[in-house]
Amino acid sequence: MASRDDIKFLSNPNIGKDKKKYCRFKKFGIRHIDYKDPDFLTQFVNEQGKLLPRRITGNSLKYQKKVAVAVKRARHLAILPYVTDLLK
Amino acid sequence: MKQYEITFIIDPVLPGDEIKTAAKAYEKLLENEGCNIVHVDETGLKQLAYPINKRNSGVYRTIEFQTENGTVIPKIELAMRRDERIMRFLSVKLDKYGVKYNDDKRNGLIGKKASKVEGKEGKKDEFVVKDDLTLIEGVGPKIANLLVVAGVKSYGDVANASIEDLKSILSKGGSSYAAHDPGTWPEQAKLAADGKWAELNSLKEKLTGGVDRSEEE
Repeated sequence: MASRDDIKFLSNPNIGKDKKKYCRFKKFGIRHIDYKDPDFLTQFVNEQGKLLPRRITGNSLKYQKKVAVAVKRARHLAILPYVTDLLK
Repeated sequence: MKQYEITFIIDPVLPGDEIKTAAKAYEKLLENEGCNIVHVDETGLKQLAYPINKRNSGVYRTIEFQTENGTVIPKIELAMRRDERIMRFLSVKLDKYGVKYNDDKRNGLIGKKASKVEGKEGKKDEFVVKDDLTLIEGVGPKIANLLVVAGVKSYGDVANASIEDLKSILSKGGSSYAAHDPGTWPEQAKLAADGKWAELNSLKEKLTGGVDRSEEE
């Protein structure tokens, strides 16, 4: 028979807990986004190479705009694709 | 004084020396216009994310330069547009953070790249050819790194190391590594050191996560 201690494992205790999103640029003090660094920029695009919205990445407006510029520059230089599938 | 950087892709089909002269020509052009060239980054041949002019790869170059005013930019851009060797270019004005970022990158202060570069240089001094330890079943890139840091750098070193030694290296690396069982690593490494790859492969087929399951069953 399940004792009282086991009960907490019957459902995921993390469900419903809100993990607060944060802007990584502000948190880690990143001031410049390098458009020549595809590994870094792929964190901000989805599998099709489209920019992810702020509500998912948690970026502040200031840095989301800079990310967008960096991704667009990278696309122009064929460092990131304009359209694709299975980027990640 | 404004700082700019201009990145361009040179056609990879050109012979090697022509690629160099193409890049040098633009450095000359900038110097003749009175610019101070800070750095030339020769990123080299890279795969393109999509084909340009039916080419799937290109030679990347980045010139970082300082100039009193921006009058040189239209000139160099016009020259690049007219140049058939240049597939793409992008000129960007750097703000103070961009200048600092590029400085830091050159000095190896930025993130992962920095540690990789330092590690490579450090290892070269003591060791010429580093064996790929990850070929041993059960050793991943992270564990291989741990081993190299602990002084176990080649197949020979692993083969000569005792299982207790390997275990202590793993447990020092943190609790997540302590669960790995290095029991068969010296045996595998010995085969690798002797160049017996076929035997190693057949041994690896029997193993999962570096543990011999066939004996237990």
